[in-house]
Amino acid sequence: MSNRHIISILVENEAGALSRISGLFSARAYNIESLTVAPTEDPSLSRMTIVTSGSEDVIEQITKQLNKLVEVVKVVDLSEAEHIERELMLIKVRAGTKEREDMKRMTDIFRGRVIDVSENTYTIELTGDGRKLDAFIQALDQGAIVETVRTGASGIGRGNRILRI
Amino acid sequence: MDRIKGAEVTGAEVVIRCLQEEGVEYVFGYPGGAVLFIYDALCSQDKVKHVLVRHEQGAVHAADGYSRGSNKVGVCLVTSGPGVTNAVTGIATAYMDSIPLIIISGQVPTHAIGLDAFQEVDTVGITRPCVKHNFLVKDVRDIASTLKKAFYLAQTGRPGPVLVDIPKDVSADVCEFDYPETVSMRSYNPVRKGHAGQIRKALQLLLGAKRPMVYTGGGVILSDAAPQLNAFVRELGFPCTSTLMGLGGYPATDRQFLGMLGMHGTYEANMAMQHCDVLLAVGARFDDRVIGNPAHFAQNPRKIVHIDIDPSSISKRVKVDVPIVGQVPDVLEAFLGLLKANPARPGPAALESWWAQIALWKSKDCLRYNRASKIIKPQFVVEKLYEVTGGDAFVTSDVGQHQMWAAQYYKFDKPRRWINSGGLGTMGFGLPAAMGVQLANPGAQVVCVTGESSIQMCLQELSTCKQYRVPVKIVNLNNRYLGMVRQWQQFFHGNRYSESYMDSLPDFVKLAEGYGHRGVLIDKPEDVEPALRDAFARKDELVFMDFITDQTENVYPMVPGGKGISEMILAEDL
Repeated sequence: MSNRHIISILVENEAGALSRISGLFSARAYNIESLTVAPTEDPSLSRMTIVTSGSEDVIEQITKQLNKLVEVVKVVDLSEAEHIERELMLIKVRAGTKEREDMKRMTDIFRGRVIDVSENTYTIELTGDGRKLDAFIQALDQGAIVETVRTGASGIGRGNRILRI
Repeated sequence: MDRIKGAEVTGAEVVIRCLQEEGVEYVFGYPGGAVLFIYDALCSQDKVKHVLVRHEQGAVHAADGYSRGSNKVGVCLVTSGPGVTNAVTGIATAYMDSIPLIIISGQVPTHAIGLDAFQEVDTVGITRPCVKHNFLVKDVRDIASTLKKAFYLAQTGRPGPVLVDIPKDVSADVCEFDYPETVSMRSYNPVRKGHAGQIRKALQLLLGAKRPMVYTGGGVILSDAAPQLNAFVRELGFPCTSTLMGLGGYPATDRQFLGMLGMHGTYEANMAMQHCDVLLAVGARFDDRVIGNPAHFAQNPRKIVHIDIDPSSISKRVKVDVPIVGQVPDVLEAFLGLLKANPARPGPAALESWWAQIALWKSKDCLRYNRASKIIKPQFVVEKLYEVTGGDAFVTSDVGQHQMWAAQYYKFDKPRRWINSGGLGTMGFGLPAAMGVQLANPGAQVVCVTGESSIQMCLQELSTCKQYRVPVKIVNLNNRYLGMVRQWQQFFHGNRYSESYMDSLPDFVKLAEGYGHRGVLIDKPEDVEPALRDAFARKDELVFMDFITDQTENVYPMVPGGKGISEMILAEDL
């Protein structure tokens, strides 16, 4: 019974905080599917989103162990209630004269944007949840993909579910 | 930025003044390039005394023993690179057993960090998984506030070691000394009091129990909760057991005490644990040496109340029904308060049949051994040690069979008298720890129960004991084997004693004498007691007693790894 969970963490924006958290996951053999981190509107605080999976017992341990870290201010398992998550992907595809039109149409269907053009490539920016980005990759001719970079998910609670100090 | 030049001190002096402010009595350490300024500041004062160990592992174990034997913070000082890596075993030992320590380490100058400088190692990185927290101080003005935080973190909540890494140029730089009076950290707010509703619910469960059991651990010792625990257990008349780490939290000679539980626990403690209907766990964590197989443990239905300061220790290996997060003394006080307010409770008659069942288990006499043996039995030595010291010694140990025999046969009635590396299981802990315990308790009887293999892992500290006139007694249970390894090989590896025989042992008597101490060889049972009496009469001397013991003796009872707590191998089974 291993379920996907998305965990949000407020952490002191200090050197070494990230390695304490990632080190905790590797030391205790927890999964990390993705991890994103950046400072918040308060530059002394960073907000981290970790996508992980595990049984209910494992997720309970993960949140407890995270809370135990001295630099961690707050931990929330976003997947416990309504939340929104988004991920950004930049994908470079082959787009010569033949493929250009198809590629542009596909990008429009997925509400992406072409943000860089060269003689034979397009670089497309696409935002959505992970499944949407997967679907876009699936929809492309696999031979056309030159390079892919994804940020991993960022998440936020809906409405009045607020994570702050 | 207008500073009066005269008011400025070096970072190194700031370090020493912080230690003075914290009332630190001893620093255990070893100098080197990166800490030269700190050592320079150390020698120009006499408030904080320094103990020069012979290896950094010994420094940390000694600081650790000092802390365990006194409930003060242990402090050590080591240099960068190998100074730190040598200390890591000691730090990990303290971390596993939640011992409050401050480790101050030197680091290469800030401009050299990351350039593979001489004696550079990523100290904060290497120690990160085995400290409660660590810091790299990059500005001299941050030293005082960082050390204040370090002392606060080490002692509050679930205690643990905290490391402060100070680059050489930072300790040479100057600033004004200002030691903060208080600490506030928005990300760190340990609780004290338990949840009142949970406490009421827990007490209801306990009062309704037909087969109650109290299971206590190191948390009772660390939080100095023995008085509250004793009052509570006696008030309710429940049976009580303890982990290896909790021995002495409840008096071992009391009739309600069933002995230690776990892999080498008593038959009655393990059976009562398996068959109880309500279990109160106090400052213990259901680890694998206690509950070998959680699935087997769960086969018997029971309600579990768990008091612990660390939420992550609750429901980690064993699901708990009523978790109570808080300091053990505070929570037990709350229990006692409720009992006082409402004296109605089931009398001793309600537990009669449970105690009768326990008496039946007890009658197995699971710790009996051949007292008439012509070869010295290790258990016999510990029993005699108990008699000779009046049960009042501080006993440290290393790791293996001798450790288990010391835990089983020395009846600890007081907390902080039994000092061993329970979590990490560090061979070499015993001697330096005894040194620290003795320095914390001058005049007390301090004995290190060890084996011929463990003692060789930190033997160099005999030299430190000489220098500081530390008169600890060493009881070496010498069976010429890595005894516990041999026992596992006998039980589980078809008697193939792969590399567990210790050949070419030193002459321990001469060795002790070589270090300027007294050494004695004892190879007959009738000489055991006189040798111990003689040793403890020598109050100012370190005496190394080398007891030649039965090579074939095993530790019983034994729960094989991964088995249920009631699936014990007893001496009679073989």
